[in-house]
Amino acid sequence: MATLLEVRDLKKYFKTNGGMLHAVDGINFSLEEGKTLGVVGESGCGKSTLGRTILHLLDPTDGRIFFDGKDITNPGRSEMHRLREEMQIIFQDPYSSLDPRKSVSEAIMEPLKIQGRLSKDAMIAETRMLMDTVGLATRFENTYPHELDGGRRQRIGIARALSLTPKFIVCDEPVSALDVSIQAQIINLMLDLQEERGLAYMFVTHDLSIVKYISDDIMVMYLGQMVEKASADELFRDTRHPYTKALLSAIPVPDIHNKTKRILLHGEITSPINPEPGCRFMARCRYAAEECSQMQTLEECSPGHFVACCRYKEIE
Amino acid sequence: MENNRPERENLLEIRDLAVEYHTDEAVIYAVNHIDLTIKKGETIGLVGETGAGKTSIARSILRILPVPPAKIISGEIFCDGADLLKLSEREMRKIRGNKIAMIFQDPMTALNPIETVGFQIAETIKQHNSISHVEANKRACDMLETVGIPMGRFKDFPHQFSGGMKQRVVIAMALACNPGLLLADEPTTALDVTIQAQVLEMMQSLREKFETSVVLITHDLGVVSEFCDSVAVVYAGEIVERGTAEDIFDRANHPYTLGLFGSLPKLDATENRLKPIKGLMPDPTNLPEGCWFYDRCPRARACCSTSSPGEVEIASGHTVKCFFAQGD
Repeated sequence: MATLLEVRDLKKYFKTNGGMLHAVDGINFSLEEGKTLGVVGESGCGKSTLGRTILHLLDPTDGRIFFDGKDITNPGRSEMHRLREEMQIIFQDPYSSLDPRKSVSEAIMEPLKIQGRLSKDAMIAETRMLMDTVGLATRFENTYPHELDGGRRQRIGIARALSLTPKFIVCDEPVSALDVSIQAQIINLMLDLQEERGLAYMFVTHDLSIVKYISDDIMVMYLGQMVEKASADELFRDTRHPYTKALLSAIPVPDIHNKTKRILLHGEITSPINPEPGCRFMARCRYAAEECSQMQTLEECSPGHFVACCRYKEIE
Repeated sequence: MENNRPERENLLEIRDLAVEYHTDEAVIYAVNHIDLTIKKGETIGLVGETGAGKTSIARSILRILPVPPAKIISGEIFCDGADLLKLSEREMRKIRGNKIAMIFQDPMTALNPIETVGFQIAETIKQHNSISHVEANKRACDMLETVGIPMGRFKDFPHQFSGGMKQRVVIAMALACNPGLLLADEPTTALDVTIQAQVLEMMQSLREKFETSVVLITHDLGVVSEFCDSVAVVYAGEIVERGTAEDIFDRANHPYTLGLFGSLPKLDATENRLKPIKGLMPDPTNLPEGCWFYDRCPRARACCSTSSPGEVEIASGHTVKCFFAQGD
């Protein structure tokens, strides 16, 4: 499979009154066509910022982004216009990401209008087809977002993202605002679409059971940095980084017999403003030692499995 | 182990509770004639999806429903021999925060932004105990320490705390008067998993320390399995299944409960698609005839569309609202 997206040393800093906020700090990864990269981490770890920076909804501070072999780090206006057809986003909150004054068909048609290639009739036909693809009945054509439930609204968001037949979609917590039974419907839809259309997803979420289910590879982020990356199975089977271990053990499992020992983390995420050079997890890590205050590098502990912890070999 | 314990006393008994919301356009049937008993020392999980009526049940117990549009149509809620729904507002104020306390979902909005957290905890204590200012502050300090916040932060304002810490403050307020019953409405939904683990662990130990009964409202079956010894599954304002944690997690019977479990991605899953429940919850302004789960139910037969099933006890304490709870 060909590499679709490559991100090299990507950084996004925000200027705040207290100093530079390192939201995304030196992220590297590549994503193949038709695959899913899950990005997990707690709120404030920079996972959404990463997705938005790749799509140029935010301008990167430093680093490079390659899409389909081309450097798209600093696209011009017309190039960006074209790129939008190739890469799209599904937002977290189907309640606020839709224009309340646009009907369902208007909302789905909007990207097609902007693209401006189809005639009016062709756009209407295309919109109907998209609605059918995402499982929205045509009777909803003229309804408005407030008349629909969260699951249906998220289907509109998906139809919009699909309308320009992109190759890559950033899914920014697409199901976290939905109830479990609806969540499962939407996830199945996204998996079906991926199969049919060969889409590549970057699936940003804090829900670890979903991410395992949907991803090929998983990247764990902590305070703007990647602490561990591996294939979905391997990450759960052979967890290396102390943060990933704590994160995985904290998931409440809906099973009353199979209770694993929880690793409780003390304290909370530290400030991403002007962070110290060493390991950012150090303050909460029970294995922290002196060498952790050095800069951590990403090491390949087994093929395709990367971990950013200088002590990963010593801890089991 | 559950069976060896002596039969516990009832702490709270809800009978035939029905809550409706009357708006200009329609009547929303939020809670539809439910019965629920909470025993002393019990932790019961109320599980269900958005709009199932979980929060309305909890708010009816404390009588903090927004009236209007809410209206309690029928029911009795007995606590210590008194029907809470018949008490005067004055008597009710003595119960709220004292005998029965509530933790709200969103710690960001549950605290007063212009008062210090210490003041807010002490305020609850003073409201219900005739003690001095100094004494109340001292107890508030102790409460802060109990929930793992250093005393030094007594004079900090809510915005100076993170989400997890704010939820700890809210819990400290709720437990300050040592209530017999704690209503926890999605207490960890707004928190990250590692913080959720901390807060649940703390609630666990506080529950044991203060011997509080807890009603935990959540949509997360994982949290229920960690925390609760019995479970009530709420659907469209009705309790469709009720039993011990073992009953629900090992021997779930109602098709909705089974559907909820099927919708969850499992960490050791090998199948490549989830099994969602088809369709949506019925519109609470326009509930259909017959069983309300009929449209979505894999077990449905003709009779389900015309008459609504009663509660069937399929094992001691394990009740299911379904015609086919025991097979055919």
